[in-house]
Amino acid sequence: MPSLIDLVLEGRNIQQHHPWPRVVVDAQIWQFAASELAYGRWTLVGLWGEPSTVHMAIMDGDATAVVSLDCPDRVYPCVAKHHPPALRLERAINDLFGLSAQGLPDARPWLDHNRWGVRSPLGNRIDAPATTSPYRFLPTEGDGLHQIAVGPVHAGIIEPGHFRFTASGETVVRLEQRLGYTHKGIEGLMRGAGIERAAQLAGRVSGDSTVAYAYAFSKAAEAALQLQVPDRAVWLRALLAELERLANHLGDIGAICNDASFGLMQAHCNVLREDILRAANTAFGHRLMRDVIVPGGLVRDLDEEGKASIAAVLDNLHVRFPALIELYDNTASLQDRTVDTGIVTTALAKQYGAGGYVGRASGRTFDARRAPGYPPYGDLRFEVPVLDDGDVNARVWIRIREVEQSLSLVRQIMERLPGGPSNVPIAAVAGAREGMALVEGFRGDILVWLRLDGGRVDRCHLRDPSWFQWPLLEAAIENNIVADFPLCNKSFNCSYSGQDL
Amino acid sequence: MRKLLFQNFFRGPLTERAPALDEAAVEELATALQRAARRRLGRSLSIREIDAGSCNGCELEIHALSNAYYDVERFGIRFVASPRHADVLLVTGPVTKNMSDALERTYRATPDPKWVIALGDCARDGGCFAGSYAVVGGVSQIVPVDLHIPGCPPPPVTILQGLLSLLDRTAKNVAST
Repeated sequence: MPSLIDLVLEGRNIQQHHPWPRVVVDAQIWQFAASELAYGRWTLVGLWGEPSTVHMAIMDGDATAVVSLDCPDRVYPCVAKHHPPALRLERAINDLFGLSAQGLPDARPWLDHNRWGVRSPLGNRIDAPATTSPYRFLPTEGDGLHQIAVGPVHAGIIEPGHFRFTASGETVVRLEQRLGYTHKGIEGLMRGAGIERAAQLAGRVSGDSTVAYAYAFSKAAEAALQLQVPDRAVWLRALLAELERLANHLGDIGAICNDASFGLMQAHCNVLREDILRAANTAFGHRLMRDVIVPGGLVRDLDEEGKASIAAVLDNLHVRFPALIELYDNTASLQDRTVDTGIVTTALAKQYGAGGYVGRASGRTFDARRAPGYPPYGDLRFEVPVLDDGDVNARVWIRIREVEQSLSLVRQIMERLPGGPSNVPIAAVAGAREGMALVEGFRGDILVWLRLDGGRVDRCHLRDPSWFQWPLLEAAIENNIVADFPLCNKSFNCSYSGQDL
Repeated sequence: MRKLLFQNFFRGPLTERAPALDEAAVEELATALQRAARRRLGRSLSIREIDAGSCNGCELEIHALSNAYYDVERFGIRFVASPRHADVLLVTGPVTKNMSDALERTYRATPDPKWVIALGDCARDGGCFAGSYAVVGGVSQIVPVDLHIPGCPPPPVTILQGLLSLLDRTAKNVAST
């Protein structure tokens, strides 16, 4: 059976692509790759377009590669036909670039709500027709079924999206999501942007992961330019990433319990979250640490005051968090809601290559910090918690364990933080250079792929972990009661803005 | 659970004093409220939040207003689930074209008198997303805006200052009628 490495040898290798290979293949090899994904031997990591090319990022064990297919006729062999996780990505490629996957099982638009005034805005732009046909939701048939339409404006303070439930009494028989409401055209704005502006945009793809996105974008740009950042920057970046993970996980643990009507937990978790944001503000000048990581390093170094504020928060968390774990573990009425609710099977998590707590609560061991891995994590001690239950409870426990791991990581980083400069200047390099990066955000692995040309971004694709988690929510809610949807949804906490772009 | 509750009883409140009003916001509101605030709101505001395409950063900081440090409800400010119950629409994001319809319809569903607050840098003019094919560019392109609260995202104290300015002006206008 050929491995991904063998496949890479078959294609035409692109020289200036780092750190993993990219090869241009023919339709036959493209289809072979799709079938390997379908058999579950490889994992789909990303699928994106260009005006007349489609790219697919694949992992095979520890090996990662991008295969590219030129499609001058604006059609290419469909991947989703064999491997459903590619479906929404292929619908998005059609919306943005006008490239159609032959045999796509669901040809409805995804991001394009027929409001832009143009079709295929990133490909061969054409004016959109004035008449709009309504979006057709999947049919549901059966006695006594009724539909519940929710969104895009929701009851809580959350992002916009539409959920169409079909219920039989209290039980959900189908959930269909419709997203794309927050589509801002970020990849369009990236085109031709200078590196600084592009980094700023990357940090605004998903506000809760602003550090992780800036981190991934910067690593991809540095890979393209073959730029080595100073050791201190490498360690500081990990510090920011772990602080972001801590703040988000604490917020999530509280919010999940609150959606099970246990407000006490949220009150406590949100105090701890606020403490972290305030320390981040003292240390890095911004509560969410936005625009701190840039290609070349960081715009701001950590001083003694910042160090002291982070250390104080760590000490407080060490004292306060164990009591909250005990509270979660010993409250039977809360467990009654979270245990056995919203189950994602290990098979589905594997098929979709679901990252983050969604994958790790369903038996998937993947963590981008481990494999493919990136510094400084190779020098740090940490465990990747994994459970098999796949329910809301498991997703809470993964977060709890990851809070503990991140606390330890922050402490290790603070103790061993190397000296020296925290950034290097970046110089524009002539000619096209391509780079990619995979960074573990709090939600899962974020992929950034880009091509720079003379100091400007020619094309940049940013793939949020939510692409491979949203569809699993549709599966998880099936046969649960409608009233448990907020609980399930919060336990996923997928990004709308990140997947809508 | 009892142990935790008991400990908190002796720990003392975390809630901080209210911030001073933001003068610029008070200025901006003067015009808006002379026009509309004849009816008594009392010292209470019901807010419906609308994400019109933000990155979610603003929502995180709006959420923070409800934590124990800021405790926004002590001022009579509540976030409500429906525009039908709202006095104020708090709108974030550059307003994507895909959300412009929903924003307009939510505005129409809100009873008078009503105010619109545009929160964050993109809500003012589209911010760093201005010029995109998918973005309208600023809340005021779709609905009339009474107050801007700048920032990317604005920290909770800044949001609180803006909201308190609105309450303060409303109370004064009522007193002068």
